Amino acid sequence: MDFGFTEEQTMLGDSLARTLERSTDAAALFELGAGAALMTEDAGGFGGTGPDILMVFRTLGRAGAVTPLLDSVVLGAGILAAAGEGDLTEAAASGEARIAVALDEPGQRYDGTIATTASDGRLTGEKSVVPGAGDATHLIVRATDGLYLVEAGAEGLSLRSYALMDGGRAAEVSLKDVPARRIGAADLLDRPLAAAILALCADALGVMERAVDLTTDYLKTRKQFGRLIGSFQAIQHRMADLLTEVEQARSAVWNLAGNLDGPDRDRHVAATKSLVGRIARLVAEETIQLHGGIGMTEEYELAPMARRLLAADARFGDSDHHLERFIAVSAA
Amino acid sequence: MDMSFSPQDQAFRAEVRQFLQDRLPERLSEKVRLFQELTKAEIEEWHAILNEKGWLAGNWPREFGGAGWTAIQRHIFEEESALAHAPRILPFGIAMLGPVLQKFGSKEQQDRFLPRILNGQDWWCQGYSEPGSGSDLASVKTTAVRDGDHYVVNGQKTWTTLGQHANWIFCLVRTDPAAKAQEGISFLLVDLTSPGITVRPIVLLDGNPEVNEVFFDDVRVPARNLVGEENKGWTYAKYLLTHERTNIAGVGFATAGLAALKRIARGQVSGGKPLSQNPLFAAQVARVEIDLMAMATTNLRLLAQAAAGQVPGAESSMLKLKGTQIRQAINDLTRRAVGPWALAFPSEGLEGANDDLPPGPPEAAGATRAYLNNRKLSIYGGSNEIQRGIIAKSLLGL
Repeated sequence: MDFGFTEEQTMLGDSLARTLERSTDAAALFELGAGAALMTEDAGGFGGTGPDILMVFRTLGRAGAVTPLLDSVVLGAGILAAAGEGDLTEAAASGEARIAVALDEPGQRYDGTIATTASDGRLTGEKSVVPGAGDATHLIVRATDGLYLVEAGAEGLSLRSYALMDGGRAAEVSLKDVPARRIGAADLLDRPLAAAILALCADALGVMERAVDLTTDYLKTRKQFGRLIGSFQAIQHRMADLLTEVEQARSAVWNLAGNLDGPDRDRHVAATKSLVGRIARLVAEETIQLHGGIGMTEEYELAPMARRLLAADARFGDSDHHLERFIAVSAA
Repeated sequence: MDMSFSPQDQAFRAEVRQFLQDRLPERLSEKVRLFQELTKAEIEEWHAILNEKGWLAGNWPREFGGAGWTAIQRHIFEEESALAHAPRILPFGIAMLGPVLQKFGSKEQQDRFLPRILNGQDWWCQGYSEPGSGSDLASVKTTAVRDGDHYVVNGQKTWTTLGQHANWIFCLVRTDPAAKAQEGISFLLVDLTSPGITVRPIVLLDGNPEVNEVFFDDVRVPARNLVGEENKGWTYAKYLLTHERTNIAGVGFATAGLAALKRIARGQVSGGKPLSQNPLFAAQVARVEIDLMAMATTNLRLLAQAAAGQVPGAESSMLKLKGTQIRQAINDLTRRAVGPWALAFPSEGLEGANDDLPPGPPEAAGATRAYLNNRKLSIYGGSNEIQRGIIAKSLLGL
């Protein structure tokens, strides 16, 4: 039994962290090989396992870096690799191509109900909250009968872009007889989506760790009533509970990383996403409260962390959705 | 990263499972499964079966008659035992006193006491808490005054679990009243049959006299029963507490409890369907299960760290905190799963409470008692508030 990382994974994490200290620019990360680290050897990469994904995204979360690695590489290139789209997979993993994956539809919450249809190689439908769509060179669109590849700027494709809570951008995507090429059935999504959920949870873990560190420092410097506020038992016990929950989140992320390619993947996806989503919200709320007024300000560095944690719960199904999934998967 | 058990550990698990299947009497496992109290003879029977196999003291080195298991093996044994509804091994001699004697006891004490723990001649109990010393253990007031080759002990211990069955007690006593709290304490072994000792059971709110008060009135204890050095008892007490905490997470108990809860919920009907399919109830069970999956991994991570020679810090306090929260939540859901049957309260410790066979499924009567009894989990072994203090201190250093 081994809960650690390989020497290569540790080195990757270290060099990624060093690079991120200088720049969170996507080009620098792709140059470092962060994209290839997220792809399996079969798909032309040198990593792509659960622990690789954990290492990369926890590091990104700690650094607060907003990157296309989750949407364009883990999810986008992951689907392309599963579909046997070798050239575009490589282009996405190296950062040359940008992939956005359009799954959910307006008003369907996390149900995965699909109304977008294909007819004679043309897609018609509406897609909602598609991260990275504005920068994408290609879209992967889920239609009723499978997955389709659409080129950016294609005839009949229109985007309405907006900012996201986590610092990224997304778009509402409208398709009217858009030329598209079918790349495979919807089950190609299974592993890439599970990997993307692991990436999101590992990212959230990194953010939680940073938020806890920041709060710890604050409790050790802020004085009220002539004392460090960290010396008050009401604060200490609240912080102890928070740390205990973050430890739970850490183990949940490890569980998914260790079971990403195992027989119980679906059960671990549901368990981990439900637990991490719940604790991500808790960490956001508690670290704001423990800071007091300063935690409410945009100027203070906690603000983007809190929003990123809320975003982690809201993507790919929130904690309630995955609790239901867990019950369904366990009963099956 | 490889989350699976090694082939050797898997083989060990299979061996343990087979042994439990072959040797655990159904009489005993049935009582454990139904949350019924075991008699002294039944606990001793299970100890004897394990001792015959050489598995009673998994944590002891082989030179002292233990099984010399690794931390992972101990975890596997505890988990399988809980899943098979085996009686719990009494911790007082095996998990608590044994390691202290092996580390700090004299050769004479080791030769005299360790074999008797294994073969069941002695039943030990723990003399730590006092009426005025609960979480603040270093404030113990029971005194031991040297008189020739004896100590004379006066005072009172309390919450002495199963002390009514015991013939020996290990005590924290104050040997230097002038010293600072932790520095004047000694670790003394006392024969409970000595003149001047009174053991009085305390009936708990589950109706069971699980704990006792132990009174010492000029009790003469041979000085050779002092463990280690005089006034160094706090060091040994802390060492004992670290051993007490090795199974603090109670993963096996929680896993078995969760399986029982699910079984009971499948058998209860709510709104024409099994309670297990009631969305509100199922969500509460699922949430506990998800918490347990994470906590079990934290436990294994710590075991792996311990195997690599690292000393766990605040993580073991987190395990105590989360592990007891999970077990209490399971007890709560189990009691509520049987609905109105939980009102029946057959209890031998309460007058007239055990008239006829109680209604409902066989687990129903025990579910309330188990719930009430396990309120202790967040109080003993360093209350959960003490654990929060330890966690905060390790983080903040304030």
